[in-house]
Amino acid sequence: MKYVIIGNSAAGVSAVEGIRSADAAGEIVVISEERFPVYGRPLISYYLLGATDRSRMNYRPEDFYEKMGVRLMLGERAERIDVSAKEVVLKSGARVGYDKLLVATGSRPFDPPMEGLGEVKQKFHFMSMQDALDLEKALSVRKRALIVGAGLIGLKCLEGILGRVKSVTVVDMAGHILPSILDDAGAAIVQRELEAKGVRFCLSDSVKKFEQGTAHLAGGGSIPFDLLVVAVGVRPNVELVREAGGEVARGIVTDDHLRTSLPDVFAAGDCTESDDVSSGARKILALLPNATQQGFAAGVNMAGGDSAFGSAIPLNAIGFFGSHVLTAGSYTGESYTEADGDRYRRFFVQDGVLKGFILVNAPERAGIYTSLVRNRTPLAGLDTARLEAAPVLAAFPASVREAMLSREV
Amino acid sequence: MNIYIRPEYEVVRDENRCIACRVCERQCANEVHRFDPETGRMIAESDKCVNCHRCVCLCPTHALKIVKSDDTYKTNANWDNQTINEVYKQANSGGVLLSSMGNPKPYPVFWDKMLINASQVTNPPIDPLREPMETQLWLGRRSAAIERDEKGRLKNTLAPQLKLNVPILFSAMSYGSISYNAHESLARAAEELGTYYNTGEGGLHKDFYKYGKNTIVQVASGRFGVFEGYLESAAAIEIKMGQGAKPGIGGHLPGAKISADVSETRMIPQGVDAISPAPHHDIYSIEDLRQLVYSLKEATAYKKPVIVKIAAVHNIAAIASGIARSGADVIAIDGYRGGTGAAPTRIRDNVGIPIELALAEVDQRLRDEGIRDDVSILVGGSIRSSADVVKAIALGADACYIGTAALLALGCHLCRTCHAGRCNWGIATQRPDLVKRLNPDIGYKRLVNLVTAWNHEIQEMMGGMGINSIEALRGNRLMLRGLGLNEAELRILGIKYAGESM
Amino acid sequence: MKRIYVNEKWCLGCHLCEYECAFANSGLDDIVKALKGKPVYPRVTVEDCGEVHFAVNCRHCSDAVCVRSCISGALSKGDDGVVRIDREKCVGCLTCVLVCPYGAVMPAPDGHAAMKCQLCTDNGFGEPNCVKHCPNNAIVFEERAEVRA
Repeated sequence: MKYVIIGNSAAGVSAVEGIRSADAAGEIVVISEERFPVYGRPLISYYLLGATDRSRMNYRPEDFYEKMGVRLMLGERAERIDVSAKEVVLKSGARVGYDKLLVATGSRPFDPPMEGLGEVKQKFHFMSMQDALDLEKALSVRKRALIVGAGLIGLKCLEGILGRVKSVTVVDMAGHILPSILDDAGAAIVQRELEAKGVRFCLSDSVKKFEQGTAHLAGGGSIPFDLLVVAVGVRPNVELVREAGGEVARGIVTDDHLRTSLPDVFAAGDCTESDDVSSGARKILALLPNATQQGFAAGVNMAGGDSAFGSAIPLNAIGFFGSHVLTAGSYTGESYTEADGDRYRRFFVQDGVLKGFILVNAPERAGIYTSLVRNRTPLAGLDTARLEAAPVLAAFPASVREAMLSREV
Repeated sequence: MNIYIRPEYEVVRDENRCIACRVCERQCANEVHRFDPETGRMIAESDKCVNCHRCVCLCPTHALKIVKSDDTYKTNANWDNQTINEVYKQANSGGVLLSSMGNPKPYPVFWDKMLINASQVTNPPIDPLREPMETQLWLGRRSAAIERDEKGRLKNTLAPQLKLNVPILFSAMSYGSISYNAHESLARAAEELGTYYNTGEGGLHKDFYKYGKNTIVQVASGRFGVFEGYLESAAAIEIKMGQGAKPGIGGHLPGAKISADVSETRMIPQGVDAISPAPHHDIYSIEDLRQLVYSLKEATAYKKPVIVKIAAVHNIAAIASGIARSGADVIAIDGYRGGTGAAPTRIRDNVGIPIELALAEVDQRLRDEGIRDDVSILVGGSIRSSADVVKAIALGADACYIGTAALLALGCHLCRTCHAGRCNWGIATQRPDLVKRLNPDIGYKRLVNLVTAWNHEIQEMMGGMGINSIEALRGNRLMLRGLGLNEAELRILGIKYAGESM
Repeated sequence: MKRIYVNEKWCLGCHLCEYECAFANSGLDDIVKALKGKPVYPRVTVEDCGEVHFAVNCRHCSDAVCVRSCISGALSKGDDGVVRIDREKCVGCLTCVLVCPYGAVMPAPDGHAAMKCQLCTDNGFGEPNCVKHCPNNAIVFEERAEVRA
């Protein structure tokens, strides 16, 4: 059996582990456009911050590929899947045959149409190790940085570079920062903390035009800058599957065993869609925990096993300079809010189930809440007064606790 | 006006070691310890301390100790501090003083004035690790008429016997005076050791019927929890006439301790005081006693030995002789140092006689009357070590009851405050949060450890004497010598002075 | 594998396990030196709920969601079944805190990493110090056959 995996990040290496859990002998080839062994992709901001370094960023031990018996093809871009020949066609023209193929191609940043963007010399994205290394070369305490996009990528980039540049300004069309995961009140706390560090935010605004080191804003202001980071969003890399005739919606469509509509072709990670059990909607959940679980399950299934993947939910743990934002699920239904200084907690309940939550600077034991969202646990059987006060297992019936704490799990 | 009485013991905290973890605070049912948020330090109120050492034992940094207060009234050999304080207490309250556990007064302990023999040269000692050393024994009437059937074969006329693997049983302690978990620990330990525990007068909890073959059930003056199933479930039945800690008086379990479970087990209303009368109201003579003995035998088809338990008092030998003639299979004698869950202090400290003297007297009297084999003799109150067991058997006992030693194994620190019902060790309490402090998985194992250890020591001492069967030690008073005893004591104990030859 | 199991019925809520855990993981050889006058950061949490008490440590799940969710590869499950965290690799993002259904992973005191129970395999005590000092067998360290309904 020959397994080919396109993509060498979280989903790809998890698939290797999934395959090896069921098939010790089959040949595994990993094709990656990137030139690095697998690294913790979200660590690139911590790299710039100095909280980690290249060697510690290895997502798996150095001997991982050797131990797993993987032939690693770095710096090779897969151009096409020849479904009838069961081959992957590389940019170099070479062909790699497969019995089972996994597409774990992730996503890529996109640039919005902004006048003059093409002329900005020091323009960066912030998605990969290479992006971080390129950006690092350009960093200087004499330079002013402009980040377009106050989402997760933009703000993690901000944390990484803030101490290494003269100033940082962040522009976003949204009315508050981290619009995909925070509400107004939660965002205000984080914004306040970042502003205290000297960051300038231009919200509900956008760049109309870049002109010789100045960004002219739609709201009338202008921001002089030396380097620009564009972090307005990402697009899944679905082309390989789409062009081969596979079904693609927002992302690559798979069944719960991660099979695409193409024979013997699987997909996992940020390039795919998942069922968000907290909202019931099918969407791209570009999250590392999601990618690893999908990748592992895909690997097991490629090797002839039977591993269904369900229960995906949005999950975000993001921190800035020691403060923490933890969120999960969907923000629908009635909400319950508790605010105390920089500590902020908001819960969303619908149909007797915890749908989602926002925790700012209140990380303790948050996973207890997450499991309620993920498992859609009916709140009726729980001591909700206790749960509102703090995430505690005491809120569960004794029999449930017994199963959790007195048995092997 | 109440006169302030300084506590006899003081809690001393080593501030250099205390980490303010508050374990002491959480573990003290008497609320001695508390955390002072202003200073970040722990504070102790010694006035509330009963000196049970729970905090001392659980303190992770060993920062605590309890010391005897050096506060003193003017030294007076007649009016010592405690005597004076008791007068103040009674003048303050107008009440009878209550105490628990055994008599703590400095009366002589005769066990400690007897020494055990060992073989040298002639009659060599036996190594119990290499040769058989029998500690198994049977309790019950041994004298039986020899009868034969028509074909001349021997009929089995032997009365029912109780088989013990070790010469040690657990004394009567009622469910109510001690906790469910203490009872479970005793029951499970008795089962594993091949011996018996005793329900006391509190009935038998329904959960513990499964330990019936290792259970002695008690029938006392209050008749609590007594019914046919109770008698049927047991290996033996004990009629409690008296208790060493409080001879001549009954018992009084306050209503507060009569929980739903205790009420069901005792067959009495919940929350109402449980009064055990001083006498059995149907027993005013040996003949009356005989009626109860035979009533119980009749009720259980003569399959179970009947024990009669009495406190060691002045005319013990004559009383025992009467009991032996009443049809009882076993006489249990409880010495004046025996424990209790609650007793008037004056009774506990001043009534009764030492078990050593009572035992020697009873054994001699029954022998003299030729009825020693009609009954077995059990003694308790207080047996503190394997050496006490060996000495008791050499004085004439068949086996020993241990109560206080068993409670110590369960964690009791002899604070003697059982009657307050706030036992921090989960033993003498019915408060659920305190009861759970005694995990029977741990408790029963500690009891098994204790008795196993004692039994090893008993075997060592027997081997040293050149005796390989516990039956051969019984009443073998030549194996004892007295030290520091007067003529009368030696005569009563029936032993020679140390250095005297046979 | 041997794991720590909770006997809720016997937990007294004394919190000794928390202090013994903090000591075992302090790197110091004296409990007073380790804990006196310092905030305590245990990896076991005792919950108190009226008369109900119980201690929660890492369950070392067979399919550990924390390991699958770790963004840096700092969390791993060893061949011995113990889920460990490599402090050097951990960047303190707290994704593991967000996903652990037992609330058994916590921020480390320095704020730059997460921490969790590693069954005292990482501190020279060799066996779980919390279990060793539990006065009532409310937590035990033993093999327990999987119970399936």
